Amino acid sequence: MKTESRLEKVLAAGHLAVTSECGPPRGAMPDKVREKGRHLLGIVDAVNVTDNQTAMVRMSSLAASVILKQEGLNPLFQMVTRDRNRLAMQADILGAYSLGIDTMLCLSGDHTKFGDHPMAMNVHDIDSIQLIQMVKAMRDESKFQGGAEIKGAPKMFIGAAANPFADPFELRVLRLAKKIAAGADFIQTQCIFNVDKFEKWMEGVCARGLHKKCYILAGVTPIKSVGAARYMKTKVPGMDVPQEIVDRMASVPKEKQPEEGVAICVETMERLKKVEGVAGFHIMAIDWEEKVKEIVERAGLLPRPQV
Amino acid sequence: MITAERKPLEELIEYVRPYKRILLVGCNECVTVCAAGGRKEVGLLASGLHMALLKSGSAIEIREHTLERQCDPEYVDELVSMIDGVDAIMSMACGCGVQELARRFKGKPVFPAVNTKFMGASERQGVWAERCQGCGDCLLGKTGGVCPIARCAKQLMNGPCGGSTGGHCEIGEDVDCAWALIWERLKELGQEERFVEIMPAKDWRPGGGSGPRKIIREDLAE
Repeated sequence: MKTESRLEKVLAAGHLAVTSECGPPRGAMPDKVREKGRHLLGIVDAVNVTDNQTAMVRMSSLAASVILKQEGLNPLFQMVTRDRNRLAMQADILGAYSLGIDTMLCLSGDHTKFGDHPMAMNVHDIDSIQLIQMVKAMRDESKFQGGAEIKGAPKMFIGAAANPFADPFELRVLRLAKKIAAGADFIQTQCIFNVDKFEKWMEGVCARGLHKKCYILAGVTPIKSVGAARYMKTKVPGMDVPQEIVDRMASVPKEKQPEEGVAICVETMERLKKVEGVAGFHIMAIDWEEKVKEIVERAGLLPRPQV
Repeated sequence: MITAERKPLEELIEYVRPYKRILLVGCNECVTVCAAGGRKEVGLLASGLHMALLKSGSAIEIREHTLERQCDPEYVDELVSMIDGVDAIMSMACGCGVQELARRFKGKPVFPAVNTKFMGASERQGVWAERCQGCGDCLLGKTGGVCPIARCAKQLMNGPCGGSTGGHCEIGEDVDCAWALIWERLKELGQEERFVEIMPAKDWRPGGGSGPRKIIREDLAE
């Protein structure tokens, strides 16, 4: 074991891991974080805490992670390279680990253009792969990125994201290979709606033996409405929502659509369980944390293993 | 070249309104090529300012001159004979030219008439696009001749983000994904293996991280 991370223990023991997500509030509202956390307590192995997601200012990922930790959850501290340079990132990694956070996800982040501060500078001192390298060197070599020694190395279980649905498709396996070579221990994928395409990507992943070097958690999202399905299909860069999903959502009355979205999500998970190399699930129920329990239960993944 | 765009006339009028006599200085280099501040644009701006000020009941005398290169002290000296009696200078050069005039003519206010944009190339008639950010440590030899620092919206050095769609960047369909271009080039060159190599975190010191930059060529410096 590289770390004390509960997620690492679950994965190392060969269980299908389950993670979910908590977007911190847009205000100093610690109770909101606690409320979201309560829906996930005992349901998932780790909770991703997003870092100014969609480039909108929110409570810091670090602060919200600590609040969730206090509530008995295992925060998965997300960090984007968009908002701070390598000094600030390393400082936050040391701070997070000192506050009991042992699992993180390294991302580049959505462009500021999409958020509420489009006038802000995108920092990008380093990219997501270089962030993975940095966190790994901090953990395994007790080295700061600048080369100096760290006394008290932060032992982070290192995650990264992969999007099998973005272009160019032929680079998607190669980019995953780079993230793994940089030091990613686990991967969480973009939401999977197009399972055929995901399977094709996983074939490439397995052909290179990458699933043996890193745990791959398949990302899923329950869709709340046909409007949400259409929005994701047309407006979200790098998202692949097949027309049949939109049609299926449209085929049921509005009040039944949330139920249909959950059903699609559970069916997708059942199909993904059979895909070689899938080590678990990352359920992104955006502002719908209360549905995660039902999804995990219906997917036959409750109770969570004790490790 | 360094590209620039003329500032809105309204902003320029406010700069010159307090003055009776100004010197409007163009540059025959980059800003001429990108049609922002060459001889022709000097003429157009002079008449624009004249007309606008006349309309508001004031008059201004504008001396026009376009230098071969406004960022070069040798050429800027040409202005010495024209500067007497001038209340202010307006420069149509890039920021380098504006600052050279300000340095040379201490007693005169100098105003920029253009917004200096980026180092770029012409994509087609009337369209210029960013190509270089002057990072001081060129990596084009590793990326198939396409720069991810200047052309990837996130300056990613190790491949496309999850927002790359159909060859364009997530920020807009009119922006190419630099990594899609890089990958195409690497394939054409049979250098696909270059993609696999991880590019380490960049040292930004040559790129301005260590403060304002200077080149001193001992063999040429006096």
